[in-house]
Amino acid sequence: MTDTRSPSSRSAQHHQVIDMQSITKTYGEGEAIVHALAGVDLTIEAGDYVAIMGASGSGKSTLMNIIGCLDVGTSGRYLLDGIDVRRLTERQLSIIRNRKIGFIFQSFNLIPRTSALRNVELPLAYAGLRTAVRRDIALASLDRVGLSDRVDHLPSQLSGGQQQRVAVARAIATEPVLLLADEPTGALDSHSTADVLQLFDALAAAGRTVVVITHEADVAAHAKRVIDMRDGLIVSDARRAGVDEPPPLWQPASSTGVVAP
Amino acid sequence: MNVTEILRFAWQGVTANKTRSALTTLGILIGVAAVITLVAVGTGSSKAVQDQISSLGSNTLTVTASSTTGGGLGGGGGFPGGGGFPGLPGAAGQSDTTSQNATKTREPQLTLEDARAIAESQQAPDVLGVAPVVSPSSVTATYQGASHTVGTFTGTTPAYLAIDNSTVQDGHSFTDTDYTSHSRVALVGTTVAQDLVGSDIKSIVGKTVAFNGLTFKVIGVLSEKGSTGPQDQDDRVIAPATSVQDTLAGYGALSSISVKATSADTVDAATTEVEAVLDGQHGVTSADRDYSVNNAASILSAATSSNRTFTVLLGAVAAISLLVGGIGVMNIMLVTVTERTREIGIRKAIGAGKPDIIGQFLAEAVLLSLFGGVVGVAIGLVASQFTIVGVQPVVAPYSVFLAFGVAILIGLFFGLYPANRAASLRPIDALRYE
Repeated sequence: MTDTRSPSSRSAQHHQVIDMQSITKTYGEGEAIVHALAGVDLTIEAGDYVAIMGASGSGKSTLMNIIGCLDVGTSGRYLLDGIDVRRLTERQLSIIRNRKIGFIFQSFNLIPRTSALRNVELPLAYAGLRTAVRRDIALASLDRVGLSDRVDHLPSQLSGGQQQRVAVARAIATEPVLLLADEPTGALDSHSTADVLQLFDALAAAGRTVVVITHEADVAAHAKRVIDMRDGLIVSDARRAGVDEPPPLWQPASSTGVVAP
Repeated sequence: MNVTEILRFAWQGVTANKTRSALTTLGILIGVAAVITLVAVGTGSSKAVQDQISSLGSNTLTVTASSTTGGGLGGGGGFPGGGGFPGLPGAAGQSDTTSQNATKTREPQLTLEDARAIAESQQAPDVLGVAPVVSPSSVTATYQGASHTVGTFTGTTPAYLAIDNSTVQDGHSFTDTDYTSHSRVALVGTTVAQDLVGSDIKSIVGKTVAFNGLTFKVIGVLSEKGSTGPQDQDDRVIAPATSVQDTLAGYGALSSISVKATSADTVDAATTEVEAVLDGQHGVTSADRDYSVNNAASILSAATSSNRTFTVLLGAVAAISLLVGGIGVMNIMLVTVTERTREIGIRKAIGAGKPDIIGQFLAEAVLLSLFGGVVGVAIGLVASQFTIVGVQPVVAPYSVFLAFGVAILIGLFFGLYPANRAASLRPIDALRYE
C-alpha cells in the first residue's frame, strides 16, 4: 500500500482531494420531484479539516453519500483525488472506497462478534494484503488511537467511545486520502465525544484530510473550515484556520493517550 | 481477498447462530443419510433375490403355464423307465386330446403327460432330468401338539432332489417305488423339523406328521440351504407327487415342471428342446404359447429389473428429502442476508466488492450443506449396518458419492440466490437498514 497522503500537505501547493462542480441529486419525477442537492460547487484541499453543517433535510447526508462514493449525483462533475467517479463501474467504486476513503459512522458500524483487530484488518483484507502485513498495519492503527490494549476485544466488550476509536483506526488503516465522518459523536456521551474530537484534531494536525458531517456547532468548532448547507445548497463557507495551520482547538499534549504520528 | 479469508467469514456466519445452523444442516443430513440407506436397502434386497435365484442352480429350467385358468383334467402320471421317471402301470393318464380338440379352447395347463413327453423325447439330448412339481398352498404340519405352517410344499419325483441341488442330511430320500406306490412319505426341511420336534431335528425321522390332518411318515431331513433374503429356503417339505395328489392337491394341473440341463452351457439348447416338445404336446407355436420356460438367468434378469425400479423409487423419495433440505438452506440464507444487511453495507462501504460478498455467503451455504453431507454420510453408513425390514442393506458406493456431491451442489445452487441478493444490495441502502 502506497502512502497516498500528499507529501506537500504542509507546503503552499495543495492538490484538491475533492473537486465538485454543479452536483445535483434529485429523487422522484414530475410533480413529486425532490432536489436533495440543487447544484453544489465544492473543493477541498489536501490537509484541510472541514465540517459540513446543516439541519436534517438540508442535503448534507446526500452530499456525504456522494463524497463517499456510496451514491452518484444526478448531474455535475465530481473528481475524487483527481478521479472522475461518475465514469467508474461498481467494482471500481468499491476499490475507490477501499483505497481513497476512510468512513466513520455515527453508529460505529463495526462487524459484530469480530475482534477490534479483525475489524481494523477488514479493509486491508479487501485490499488484498497478506495476513502478516495487515496485522502489523492494524496493530499500528489501533496503537495510534490508543487502543493497543484492547485489540482482542469484541465490539460488545468496548464502550461507545472505544468502539468509535476502533472505527477511526479502521478508517485510517488503508492510509486514505480522505477521512469522511458522518455525525461521529452523535451516539457518544460528552466525555467520549471530547476524546474522539481530540483524535480528529490530532489526525488533522498530522496532515490528514478530514470531512465531518454534523449538526452540532460544538463539533464544527474543531474544524478549520465550516460549511453550512440549506435546501441542497451551500449557504456559507467560513474558514477558521488555514489549511497548513493546526486545527483551532487542537491541544498537542492531549490526555486521550492519542499519539500523533 | 483470499479463500481462507472468505472461509473464515463464512465460518463466523455459520457459528453466529449455532442452533439455526444445526437445524438447517439437519435437513441436508437427513436427505443424505436417507439416500445412502434407502439405496443400500434396495441394493441389499436385490442382492438377496439374486442369491436366492442362483441357489436354484444355474442349469435349472422351470416350465410354468402362462395362465392358470381352471383346473381341468390332469393326467395321472405313468412313466415307465427312463428319464428318472418310475413306471406306473395301469394308471396311465388319459392323455389330453390336445391335437384333436380346437387349440383355442384348451385351457393352459401342464400335465404329468407333458413332463413325461419331455423326459422321453429323443429330441432333447441336453435335458438331464425332468421332475413334475405339484405345490398345494397353505399346508400346516402338526406333530404332538406342535404346529408349523409350511413355506413350500412340493409334490414331485425323486429326480427333483438332483435338479434342485438338494440332499438329505438325516434319514433317506424317497424312491421310485415310493412314487409309484403312492407312499405317504415326506422329506422335511430343517426349519420345519425344528418347529415340530425342537432342536434335536434328527428325531423327526420315522415319526408320523399330519399335513392338514393327513398323515405322512417323515423319512428324511433335507440339508440346510440357508436363508437368503426374506425367504427361508429350509421351510419346505418334499413328498412324492402321487401321494400329494391323492391327499393335498387333487388331480389337477401341475404347478410347474422342473428340468435340469446337462450343464450351464446347454441351458439355452435345453430351453429350445423343451419348447419344441411342449409345442408339439399343446399344439401351439411360439406365437401362441400357453406356457413359458424360464431359467435362473431369465428369472434373475426379471427380478433384477423389478428390483432396480424399487431401488430407484426409494432413491427418488430420499432425493426429494434432500431437495427439501436444500430449500431449507436457501430459506435460512435469505433470513441471514436480511439480518445482516447492515453488515453487508459496512463491508461494501469499506471496500468489499460484489465477488467478496457472493463468496462469503455462498461459502456459508456450502459449509452448511457440507456439514450435513459429512454427518449424513456417516449416519447413512452406520444405519446400513442394521437389518432394515428384513433386508441386510448393501451400501452402493455410487450412492455415497452421489448423495455427498448433490448435497454440495445443493448448497451452491440454493446459496447462489441469497448470496447474489446480498451482493446486489446498494451500500447506501444497506447501511441505512435497521
